[in-house]
Amino acid sequence: MASAGFASAPAQAEIASGAVLANTCFSCHGTDGKSVGDMPTIAGKSEDFITQKLKAFRSDELEATIMNRIAKGFTDEEIAALAKFFSGQ
Amino acid sequence: MTKFSRRGFNKALGATTALGALSLSGIAPAFAAGKAQVVVVGGGFGGATAAKYIKRFDPAVGVTLVEPSKRFVTCPFSNTVIGGINTIDDITHGYDALKGMGVEVVHDSVAAVDGARKEVRLAGGGSIGFDRCIVSPGIDFRWEAVEGLDAGTAEQIPHAWKAGAQTLLLRKQLEAMPDGGVFVISPPVNPFRCPPGPGERISLVANYFTKAKPRSKIIALDPKEKFSKQGLFKEAWAALYPGMIEYRNLDEDGLVRRVDPASRTLYTDFGEQTGDVVNVIPAQKAGKIAAVSGLADQTEWCPVDQRTFESTLQPGVHVIGDASLAGPMPKSGFAASTQAKVCAEAVVNLLRGAAPGTPKLVNVCYSLVSETYGISVAMVYGYEGGKIVKIEGSGGLSPSGADATFRRQEADYARGWYQSISRDIWG
Repeated sequence: MASAGFASAPAQAEIASGAVLANTCFSCHGTDGKSVGDMPTIAGKSEDFITQKLKAFRSDELEATIMNRIAKGFTDEEIAALAKFFSGQ
Repeated sequence: MTKFSRRGFNKALGATTALGALSLSGIAPAFAAGKAQVVVVGGGFGGATAAKYIKRFDPAVGVTLVEPSKRFVTCPFSNTVIGGINTIDDITHGYDALKGMGVEVVHDSVAAVDGARKEVRLAGGGSIGFDRCIVSPGIDFRWEAVEGLDAGTAEQIPHAWKAGAQTLLLRKQLEAMPDGGVFVISPPVNPFRCPPGPGERISLVANYFTKAKPRSKIIALDPKEKFSKQGLFKEAWAALYPGMIEYRNLDEDGLVRRVDPASRTLYTDFGEQTGDVVNVIPAQKAGKIAAVSGLADQTEWCPVDQRTFESTLQPGVHVIGDASLAGPMPKSGFAASTQAKVCAEAVVNLLRGAAPGTPKLVNVCYSLVSETYGISVAMVYGYEGGKIVKIEGSGGLSPSGADATFRRQEADYARGWYQSISRDIWG
């Protein structure tokens, strides 16, 4: 019943899954990937740069303090979605 | 129960704008102006994030946030205030950014969330109707778990586990303590808010003592067999604060049975320990709003659907943060905020009659051992078989034996995290 009046509202963009996935990154890297402190900003980096970095962290080819532990929780598909989202910010 | 007089409430009403969904009659229209209404209860890491992200996902949804305090003091980084590194202002945030996004902020206490009537009843009188409600009530204390302890004794023996006046009280007591004094801390049984918090507090008090009163001692009496980041904390204490900290866990008579607040004495099975400053962190349960609203089960925490955080006891009401039983996720500000985003997305989709997404969650807890020495624990979570599960191979602790550069970087990132997350939530 709650959605009855609501569904007719105009311009309901579907919530993009990449955006939802990226939200959790904001807690460290800032809203939309724009950091306000010493955490690296990831907004506006190229899709390829972000993809390569996350994959290198995941395989331990690149050493970080915490990103190796975090990158291991994401699939290729998820990394691609994250790279697409942040490159567009 | 009534926190504000009727007059006070009316004044509060006048201070807010366009409270379309608020009704003093107690029968609130569910859709003022024909749009879906979400009421968020609690303006901390969970609630404030949920309010913001519902607006981000869909600005057309009406969002009302109910929070008694005009300014929110964060538990994360409150140990830096206790240790004299930061001031309370550094960890205090307001709600102007949320108001700027169109969130109606009502400063009142909630008497109860009525899932059946779909309304939130305010302590000051009146109620607010909702289509869906998100409750992020935080924790309350089980004072009865240790004899001699109650809400009143916190004036002598602060818990400082809800940040604000208690944080400042503990800081004041530590400042007044003479050099050569003893600080006694007693962490709670599991589960509790911020598992690495006691270790960080010990570290930052030791950091303060080292600078200001180096002959002082710290004694921890812990009822558990082990504590969060134990190996990393002990490695750091041996390096930074040698000989200052004595940590006794369960098998070293760490279980406190009784407290005498007047003499600041803690009684264990086989002995007693008096301190110049004593900090007992009581055992915990879901915040009071959860209990009075029928959201908590026999565990005194709130069972929820792991995909949407909708209560399994009260349909239409979602519970996030410390109060919720979120599978293997710890009770942390980071976890509450990431849960809030998942919940906000689910709520917006459910209001549209659409399917909620599949949750992907992260938790990171940084702890400062000193200004230049940080450690962390992280975990990534997915959703499988109706449950939140840890993603195998992900997460874990900072390495033991890491060099000073690594520890320094994590201290910088701890501060960077605090700046990012507090800006993300409170603007």
